[in-house]
Amino acid sequence: MNTDLKEVCKDIRCGILTAIGHLGVGHIGGCLSIVEYLAVLYFDEMNIDPENPRMQGRDRFVCSKGHAGPAVYATLAERGYFPKEDLLTLNQGGTHLPSHCDMNLTTGIDMTAGSLGQGISCAVGAALGSKIENDGATVYAIVGDGESQEGQVWEAAMFAASKKLDNLIVATDYNKLQIDGTVEEVNGIAPLDKKWEAFGWNVINVENGNDVYQVKAAVDKAKSNRGSGKPTMIILNTKKGCGVKWIEDLGTGNHNTNVTEEQAAAAIAEIRGN
Amino acid sequence: MEMRKAYAEVMSELMTEDRHVVILDADLAKASGTRNLYESFPNQMFDCGVAEQNMASIAAGLASYGFKPYIESFTPFATRRICDQVAISIAYAKNNVKIVGTDPGISAELNGATHMSMEDIGVMRSIPGMVIFEPVDEVQLRAALPVINDYNGVVYIRLFRKERPQVFEESYKFDLFKADLLKEGKDLSIFVSGLQTAEVLEAAKNELLAEGIDAEVINIHTIKPIDRETVTASARKTGAVLTVENHNVIGGLHSAVLEALEAEKIPALAVGIQDRFGEVGKLPYLTKALGLTKENVIETAKKAVSLK
Repeated sequence: MNTDLKEVCKDIRCGILTAIGHLGVGHIGGCLSIVEYLAVLYFDEMNIDPENPRMQGRDRFVCSKGHAGPAVYATLAERGYFPKEDLLTLNQGGTHLPSHCDMNLTTGIDMTAGSLGQGISCAVGAALGSKIENDGATVYAIVGDGESQEGQVWEAAMFAASKKLDNLIVATDYNKLQIDGTVEEVNGIAPLDKKWEAFGWNVINVENGNDVYQVKAAVDKAKSNRGSGKPTMIILNTKKGCGVKWIEDLGTGNHNTNVTEEQAAAAIAEIRGN
Repeated sequence: MEMRKAYAEVMSELMTEDRHVVILDADLAKASGTRNLYESFPNQMFDCGVAEQNMASIAAGLASYGFKPYIESFTPFATRRICDQVAISIAYAKNNVKIVGTDPGISAELNGATHMSMEDIGVMRSIPGMVIFEPVDEVQLRAALPVINDYNGVVYIRLFRKERPQVFEESYKFDLFKADLLKEGKDLSIFVSGLQTAEVLEAAKNELLAEGIDAEVINIHTIKPIDRETVTASARKTGAVLTVENHNVIGGLHSAVLEALEAEKIPALAVGIQDRFGEVGKLPYLTKALGLTKENVIETAKKAVSLK
């Protein structure tokens, strides 16, 4: 396993571009924005075993913004859950890598998600299950900022704090863009930190959620909150499309967009610094 | 005994036997009859407060962790309100969650139209893989719950909360996927679920016989998957069908029976709620106002036979 997290991030980004570029279209923006969080979880923080993906007492990850499936698949492939060539089957008929995360199709996926707002509640259920079992596991999740407009996110927030689930660490991919415009234009969620604090969570603000070392420091800190009786929210200030200039520049247009194989190849070269 | 008390007794036994059986409420544990279990099972009973969609997805998360969660609410909030959570977090994700809806159809009585599910079976029936069970009496409920608990899949239990007249004998043997023949007959097949079962059986044994109609009565306790074999065999034998249900005639038992008989040319009529919302009132009033009376069953039965 590669332990150079910056290199891992490059590898994951290239995996995403390979998968979506081969298909020609995908949720590229919100995949590229969460790469650092995934790298930190799967290559540094989580107690997991790709050889034993259903290991009892393992840490779990729920990608509540289920459309970022390709980012999770690129991470899982890089970590050895399945061959990297499988990324080329993304969204092809009969694939085990569908657009949105599916726990019954993909080795290493802990929870099905796609209908926004539900994944975080499922993560809360898993965290509650871990508490009952007293197995010491940590349950991680990530929600989108647009997703945070779903009422269910806040139902989950309330319940997790009420039940003192300090084994639950959720991040927000706060890239501030959604399909129809900026998050603040469409239906503002600011001040996000104050909202989570008011719901009884520990809140960690990460100034640059695409700086892998800042993300690692935040996850370390979140883990140290076990015993506080509070779940932790890590607000990752990210850039949608991060790492590929022309995709970043599409702004709200990069949520689900066409990417040709040539564009993907050029983007991979950009990431590799060639 | 009230149905909810019997339900709570069996759940208490199931939770004692298996610590992975857990119950989640949305501030209706008292109504569901399980509030008193909280003290005995602090690690198996969780109240999510008034947040049914969160409850459904939390149950899915628990199921993914190896638990066997039951979620409880009134029928409309256990189905139509959380349809997407049931469809995606639970059913599509194959999370083994049991859904207990109480006060089906007109049994919501004084809570009125907002709390009356006329469509819950229709909503749940169209979700792939969903099993739908509606008990008739305490005996059937007690026999069914351990079987349902052992079944690895999503089951919707449509539970009348108060006392019901006893239809089944204590020796009753329950099969989740087999309908129960309550009375043999040769002139008409009556398929009935839940609330009106005792009354329909009584009508078949008395009034209809007096009218010269020897009706067969079959309890469809599991509306999905419906026992197609039993339904078809009875309908072929009698040549006429009547369905009786405490639900919209669209999407519920009547629809399920018609689907089972899709290749048959057999007249089939319905007694049920005629595509309308509910209203407040006590059961006797609502039974009349929504056309679920024994008189209507008898009249419609006669019509069905005349169509042969």
